[in-house]
Amino acid sequence: MRRQVPLAITFIVGISIAAQFFIPHWPFSELFNTFNIWFMVILFFAMTLGIGNLIKLHTQKVYKRSPGWGYSLVLVIALLTMAASGIGWGLERGTFFYWLWQNIHIPMASTMFALLAFFIASASYRAFRARTIEATLLLVAAIVVMLGRVPLGALIHDKLPNLADWIMAYPNMAGQRAIMIGIALGTVSYSLRVILGIERTYLGGGK
Amino acid sequence: MYKRVCLLFRIISFFILPSILQSIELSENRPPSPPTEVKVFDTPNDKGGSITITWKKSADDGAGENDVIGYDILRSQSIDTGYVKIASVIPGDEQFVDETAKTGVTYYYKIRVSDGEFTSDSEPSLPVVAIAQWFHRGRTNMLILLVVFSGLVLWFISRARRGEELYIRSVAGLEAVDEAVGRATEMGKPVLFIPGILDMDNIQTIAGLSILGRVASKTAEYGAPLMVPTRSPLVMTAARETVKEAHLSAGRPDTYDEEKIWYLTSEQFGYAAGVDGIMVREKPGAIFYMGAFYAESLVLAETGHSTGAIQIAGTAMPAQLPFFVTACDYTLIGEELFAASAYLSKEPTLLGSLKGQDWGKAIFIGLIVLGVILTSFGITWLVRLLTVG
Repeated sequence: MRRQVPLAITFIVGISIAAQFFIPHWPFSELFNTFNIWFMVILFFAMTLGIGNLIKLHTQKVYKRSPGWGYSLVLVIALLTMAASGIGWGLERGTFFYWLWQNIHIPMASTMFALLAFFIASASYRAFRARTIEATLLLVAAIVVMLGRVPLGALIHDKLPNLADWIMAYPNMAGQRAIMIGIALGTVSYSLRVILGIERTYLGGGK
Repeated sequence: MYKRVCLLFRIISFFILPSILQSIELSENRPPSPPTEVKVFDTPNDKGGSITITWKKSADDGAGENDVIGYDILRSQSIDTGYVKIASVIPGDEQFVDETAKTGVTYYYKIRVSDGEFTSDSEPSLPVVAIAQWFHRGRTNMLILLVVFSGLVLWFISRARRGEELYIRSVAGLEAVDEAVGRATEMGKPVLFIPGILDMDNIQTIAGLSILGRVASKTAEYGAPLMVPTRSPLVMTAARETVKEAHLSAGRPDTYDEEKIWYLTSEQFGYAAGVDGIMVREKPGAIFYMGAFYAESLVLAETGHSTGAIQIAGTAMPAQLPFFVTACDYTLIGEELFAASAYLSKEPTLLGSLKGQDWGKAIFIGLIVLGVILTSFGITWLVRLLTVG
């Protein structure tokens, strides 16, 4: 029963969502939005569970003085401060929550995003080492595309930007589309397995 | 003298006077010519409540006096009276979709053209009723392809169920899953599993959890700790169920620790920072990235690479694949992510679906090649046949 009920729900919802793509008539026209609203409701309850779990986990770490408890303390204080300031004084411009969001949260998120530039440099260094024919092709294509995208490329040769555009529009696009067609077919096949209850591994425990 | 006066009079009469009269006539504004051929029909393939109106623009729109400033769409439930303006469109437009119509109600439409001073109305349209359709005819081709493809998958599943041997090509990334868990166990290090950053409504997350089931079975069998930080509380709940079931199936319910599967944060880069911190502090022996990723993919994979862990990634996000290919030891590219659970379980019915998927791919390759050849020769019926409306 513990298995059959989720599988039955998956089957009914899966078939309904697939049908609404082909049937514009009510009630199918409203199904997608209705299920989205239900999803948001479930997500709200799950969020309560998730935040509760987060607080429990980290307060325990602080209480037990587990390794790295200082980080947990910062997390709990930050979480409670943000929540209290938002609930107490609102979220709009000029409030304490807004100040925290603008001056602490956004700069920290931007810092993490900015790290990407350094990671791209280190990853490119490894990827572009010409150890094989494929890696050499990748290196040459990358150099052409990078040079073709900056004014220096046109100074070296006026056809370089065109070559860069050609690489992006044809070999690159062909490869991307091949992957995307594979993904689309894989998605349909996997969805079919899930809807029909053949695929149950996401429920854990194999069969 | 008399002859000269007569000549001047003739010149004025024949040449100058008509021009003056013509210019006087031109400077007088006339009402614009009304739009013609007003046609109305129920908007096809919709849920009702929509009527499409088309017309031929006024003769003074872009020609003639060329002074049209716009058209008003008038609607009534009676052919003679009660017309109310429901919308306006700019000069040159010859179509309007009325999304405010009620399903099942009969309407008449008129198009009123204006030049700022005068207006002219078209003849009223024929009666029209908005109706909801039960089938989207523009998607018939998709339905046929879906039925053919699903039929193929189901046929191969039934063949596999009958015990037929099916050849499935090996996927290096999936072959390495057991090896990665084994290596982490030997090193006495934990296994870190990241199920992407999207929620349970994304098919990639579900496919990621299928692989988590397999990884959890192995960690339970080998006794290696498994950590699963999630970006969504729903994914956390589902992942806990998956891992718990895997431990039960492996006969090791005592080793299941639900606190190792926890919600981190819903903030994208906050999550990336949190996972990076776990990698640096815990130094996992194996890291799995299975699901949907965005810009944080390389931040995670490069940090994981710096810890020396064996890394296996799988995603169906084409833009993130190059990052994973560069930073990870193995990468499941697109469809391989969806094939992973079938491949790893070796269950015949699931493997049958992979075979059907491969045949579907073969059909699509054939259609693409045929389409390219036909279009190169100017024959476009296949392209039209496969275009979704």
